[in-house]
Amino acid sequence: MPVTFNLPTVLARLADGRSTLDASGTTLRAAVADVSTRYPQLAPRLTGADGAPYPFISYYLNDEDARFLGGFDAPVRDGDEVTIVSAVAGG
Amino acid sequence: MSAPTVSLDARLSAPTAAPPRAAAWAPLPLACSACGARFEPAPTAVCEHCLGPLEPIYDAGPARVLPDRTLIGLRAPSIWRYREWLPFDGVPQLSPDTGFTPLVEAPALARRLGVARAWVKNDAVSHPTLSFKDRVVACALNAAAALGLTTVGCASTGNLANAVAAHAARAGLAAWVFVPEQLELGKLLATAVHGARLVRVRGTYDDVNRLCTQVADRFGWGLVNVNLRAYYAEGSKTVAFEIAEQLGWRLPTAVVAPMAGGSLVTKLRKGFGEFRDAGLVSGPLPRLYGGQAAGCAPIARLVERGGVGTIEPEIPNTIARSLAIGSPADGRTAARALIDSGGWAAAVDDPALVRGIRTLAETAGIFTETAGGVTVAAAQALADAGRLTPDDEVVLCITGNGLKTVEALGADFLADAPVINPRLREVVALAERS
Repeated sequence: MPVTFNLPTVLARLADGRSTLDASGTTLRAAVADVSTRYPQLAPRLTGADGAPYPFISYYLNDEDARFLGGFDAPVRDGDEVTIVSAVAGG
Repeated sequence: MSAPTVSLDARLSAPTAAPPRAAAWAPLPLACSACGARFEPAPTAVCEHCLGPLEPIYDAGPARVLPDRTLIGLRAPSIWRYREWLPFDGVPQLSPDTGFTPLVEAPALARRLGVARAWVKNDAVSHPTLSFKDRVVACALNAAAALGLTTVGCASTGNLANAVAAHAARAGLAAWVFVPEQLELGKLLATAVHGARLVRVRGTYDDVNRLCTQVADRFGWGLVNVNLRAYYAEGSKTVAFEIAEQLGWRLPTAVVAPMAGGSLVTKLRKGFGEFRDAGLVSGPLPRLYGGQAAGCAPIARLVERGGVGTIEPEIPNTIARSLAIGSPADGRTAARALIDSGGWAAAVDDPALVRGIRTLAETAGIFTETAGGVTVAAAQALADAGRLTPDDEVVLCITGNGLKTVEALGADFLADAPVINPRLREVVALAERS
């Protein structure tokens, strides 16, 4: 089972309407690059020009904030879930 | 023939009471604060183009004539006396009596802090749920009703949960409220009693927050601090408006407020600025100071770095659960607001915040919750560091009531409350010893 990406509706529109995508890679960066290559319209909303995570989204790896797991260097393996949410909510 | 089935979404969106009448007010259109794209009023806080945050557009409605001091003074004592600065056309009708809480001068507190004058902006007695969240929820629910939503909700550390549950019950809206499992009993009960669907989530507030962004996307409910956030957040400006009016249309030199997500201090700066732009007050804007618990202080840490870089998320470890947001979405903006105002931030440990609760109670007669203890302790720390001076006139924003977080005080608070027999001589003995 590959890595699964879960997208919010606003990003799914840039992935042919698909809210769930499969990806491959051994790091989060590699998995994001894989998705970006297959869905070029989605790419600019996944990473910024500097290669860092796009500033208005948050990445969760198996429900953990990816920043606590090494960010884009976090290792991923088959069966992992990467959930992307917009980063605007707060208390 | 079998009965028609009702979809999950339809069942979950069904209101618990009669739906509200069509609204005679309308929320304002929205614009992306990052790319400038404009959108019609909607339950969305995220730009479709760049995913940036959306803000209401105040110049897009019918000619917006701002009231003067006299007209404002004639209006009812609620947040709606400032409605031209709130994100609606027309006059919102839901939650008509929230706001205009007391501004209490506290000379004993001022002496303790070493400042010229001190006031407490006392949202601990906010109507109806005893926290400043009543303000933002009043705005959000008026937006929800005007947009035709029948189900609202939130991700909350407690006060917001109470407010959503209460305001929704009065408005006849269904409510789903998501909170961390480990929340104070008082806050849980004060939410459940209104009939909201209360869901306790294993994990931190940040886990709840992330879940609710997915919930909003999936169900289309009006989650006040998620997809209604653009309308919700504007309600916090009313704290600034009231401070200015209650001080006699003048500004304090400094304001101290707690920081969880960071929205309050951002909107305080915006609110004071809007009143000055409208000519209702003059002079320099107050220096803004934010307080956080040391066990969860990502915004304070960013301020200490001069606002450079990004928020470094933290896993919360503090009894100040209402401020336990380790990944504050408005954190960078809040840090910027503090620094640009000439203010700063302070992080205080749990024993200090408990002393802060006691200090406020003993000097001003106000019992605040843990967030308020953080505010008072932060003010003391800032004063001790010379950031609040003997010339300062300071307002402390006390955002919630102490009865909601009694667990934080601990049994030690009763150490000086002896149990006696009903005999006069025992009272005499106590009095002679005191």
